[in-house]
Amino acid sequence: MAGEAVMREVTLALPMVPEMEIEASKTATSIAESMQMSPDRIDEVRMAVVEACINALEHSRSTDKEIFVTFEVVGDKDPEKLRITVRDTGIGFSPSELEEPVIEDKLKSKRKRGWGLKIIHGLMDEVEIRSGSEGTTVVMSKL
Amino acid sequence: MTESLNVTVDRREGLAVIYTEGYINNQGGEEIAKVAYKLLDEGFKVLLLNLGGTKIVNSIGISILIEIIEKMIEIEGRLGFCCLTPTIEKTFQIMGLAQYAPIFPNEDAAVGQLRA
Repeated sequence: MAGEAVMREVTLALPMVPEMEIEASKTATSIAESMQMSPDRIDEVRMAVVEACINALEHSRSTDKEIFVTFEVVGDKDPEKLRITVRDTGIGFSPSELEEPVIEDKLKSKRKRGWGLKIIHGLMDEVEIRSGSEGTTVVMSKL
Repeated sequence: MTESLNVTVDRREGLAVIYTEGYINNQGGEEIAKVAYKLLDEGFKVLLLNLGGTKIVNSIGISILIEIIEKMIEIEGRLGFCCLTPTIEKTFQIMGLAQYAPIFPNEDAAVGQLRA
């Protein structure tokens, strides 16, 4: 993001195996703690990271068999926000064509899943999704 | 590395409390569902899920909890949640679960309300 100073940056390359989302959430916790973020906000970041990683692990069908999670502490003198980018090199999707899940419909439907992006939007302060034939990138921030 | 889920049950008069400890992912959700459906087979129609020992859930695990809610509606039973972390409660609110399965701050309040 132009004009924003990155004070610290960590990138994980995670193999696409079950529960890798937990490894990403542990790193998110450590970095958020180092920024003195409140425990409730750290929990929200953890949950959003878990959801973004699960989406990539479950749906990307990436032939690289890896996802990349970058944590950036953004700020000039003091940390101002934690920006997390979850990237895969999979088949991509069209975010505008996704139907927002509604509990009333899900209760009647056989398919109960599909909540990840709604949860991410609800828990994080800024969310941007870019997706195409070269993969998907979810950029989300906690101020 | 595996984050397993422990599930225990306290059967009481007219109500059963399911306690979870650990990560509620797809396996965790299925474990809870197995226990919940067994309790329904035993005749319990009021269930309380005490998530006090769970600090993290994912949407796949929650989708299995939605299946349990659907089943409870079908049998005209009652399901409630208690002792959620603020983030899990916020997530349930985002998803709209609280409209169908009330969330209580503690077990006493939940038991009192669900038995009423």
